[in-house]
Amino acid sequence: MSRHSLASRHFSQNLAFAVFRLIMLTVLAALGGILIYVFIHGISAISWEFLTAEPTNSMTAGGIFPAIMGTLYLTVGAIVVALPLGVAAAIYLSEYATDGRALRVVRLGIQNLAGVPSVVFGLFGLALFVGYFHLGISIAAGSLTLGLLILPTVIGASEEALRQVPSTFREASLGLGATRWQTIRKVVLPAALPGILTGSILGIGRAAGETAPIMFTAATFYTVGLPRSPLDEVMALPYHIYVLATAGTHIEQTRSLQYGTVLVLISMVLGLSLVAIIIRTRMRKTKQW
Amino acid sequence: MVKASAAAQEMEQSLDHPGVQPERPIIEVKGLNFYYGDFKALTDINMTIKRSKVTALIGPSGCGKSTFLRLLNRMNELIAGTRVEGELLFEGINLYDPHVDPVDVRRRVGMVFQKPNPFPKTIYNNVAYGPRLHGLKEAKNLDSIVERSLKSAALWDEVKDILHQSALGLSGGQQQRLCIARAIAMSPEVLLMDEPTSALDPIATSRIEELVKELKQSYTVIIVTHNMQQAARVSDETAFFYMGRLVEMGATEGIFTKPQKEQTEHYITGRFG
Repeated sequence: MSRHSLASRHFSQNLAFAVFRLIMLTVLAALGGILIYVFIHGISAISWEFLTAEPTNSMTAGGIFPAIMGTLYLTVGAIVVALPLGVAAAIYLSEYATDGRALRVVRLGIQNLAGVPSVVFGLFGLALFVGYFHLGISIAAGSLTLGLLILPTVIGASEEALRQVPSTFREASLGLGATRWQTIRKVVLPAALPGILTGSILGIGRAAGETAPIMFTAATFYTVGLPRSPLDEVMALPYHIYVLATAGTHIEQTRSLQYGTVLVLISMVLGLSLVAIIIRTRMRKTKQW
Repeated sequence: MVKASAAAQEMEQSLDHPGVQPERPIIEVKGLNFYYGDFKALTDINMTIKRSKVTALIGPSGCGKSTFLRLLNRMNELIAGTRVEGELLFEGINLYDPHVDPVDVRRRVGMVFQKPNPFPKTIYNNVAYGPRLHGLKEAKNLDSIVERSLKSAALWDEVKDILHQSALGLSGGQQQRLCIARAIAMSPEVLLMDEPTSALDPIATSRIEELVKELKQSYTVIIVTHNMQQAARVSDETAFFYMGRLVEMGATEGIFTKPQKEQTEHYITGRFG
């Protein structure tokens, strides 16, 4: 190998790395830009009162506590709806179903469900949960709608986590005279759980920031106090931002409140992602197979 | 629960009274063929396996010895598209009778796998896994089963102080002995071992071999091995498989000193395989 060609190969390697670095920096810059912009404009609005008080003076002052709580309720509700359903579906798909046309159709359906625009979920939730099941505009209807929205994510994450459980665990358990269900419940699910949780939480974090699915099914502009039952409507952060920024009569006046609300929402979503990352890191440390 | 057929009833009765009729071979195989889809992996296998002996299955890779082993506790049917013909009698019951539940079979025929595969649970919970499956809950009983099984697997002294630590922290050889303890915690009648030392170092291997020799006092052991010295060291009976057929079977000493078939001689003298 001549010196020249070695040098030229080094050059092309360095060039390739430089391009990749640039691309990565662009991606990071987009994320960083949004975060910094929101932080700079929103931080002045953040105060103890902002986080813990109700809005006053037709939303131009006070806090966003009911919207924070509303988003929390809806997120937890979506988890309660989507996690059992999604995990059950994933168990069926990866542990029980045998390959064939039916399974391919089901998978295709799930993939397409993931591609349905969120506003369509909103309208579907309005028709089915709000209307047909008479849940009204409520936490229940909104949670069900958000739950459906994140279902494909939860199924996907769960299937992936189940697939990563070594088949030798299943063999060992079946070889001891366990039934398939005992094997799943006692060996496969516990081993897959961290992965299921990580993937699901990331999906749920995304749903927490969605506006369209909840605007027809759960969210309202203003409530007096906090909701008392799952059948009450709630304020929610994404919808609050949407209304303040587009529909109010004091759009300019509430600009800093809008940024503050955005900052709170982003922080909550990032917080959820952080939880997912912590679970994943701890899982990697203990996992040795 | 399935409708009780004669076979299933007999299965349950003999569950209550294991170890009857000591002269009868524990396993009899008659005209057994086995297919993976269109591929015929085993052809016309006829053999008997003696109670409370160690039987070694030897032969070159792909000869069907592991496939045969996994037929004995119906593990092969976890693979789609497999098919069995002929009879495989365990204590006189055809294991492939439609009324026989594979779960019952696997409770009576334990298995140790090629690579140690402890669950990502504590040492204690690995051993207690099988008994718990079958409804044993009392801590006192479980404790004694765990202790007895670990002692039988020659692991107790090494782990008695760390029973509640993860089994994944053990060495490979310890993990394999744990898997043996886990299997014998079910008090199976037969213990199948699929190349149990192939992933272990020589010292761990010799400990497992010692263990196998002790285990035959209480269990019928069938061991697949690639290592002919191992077969010669641990087994009473040896069966030589080649190209999906049972070429020769007999007392280990005879097979290794005076094989009847040319193929067997070629294999054990290292001319192929």
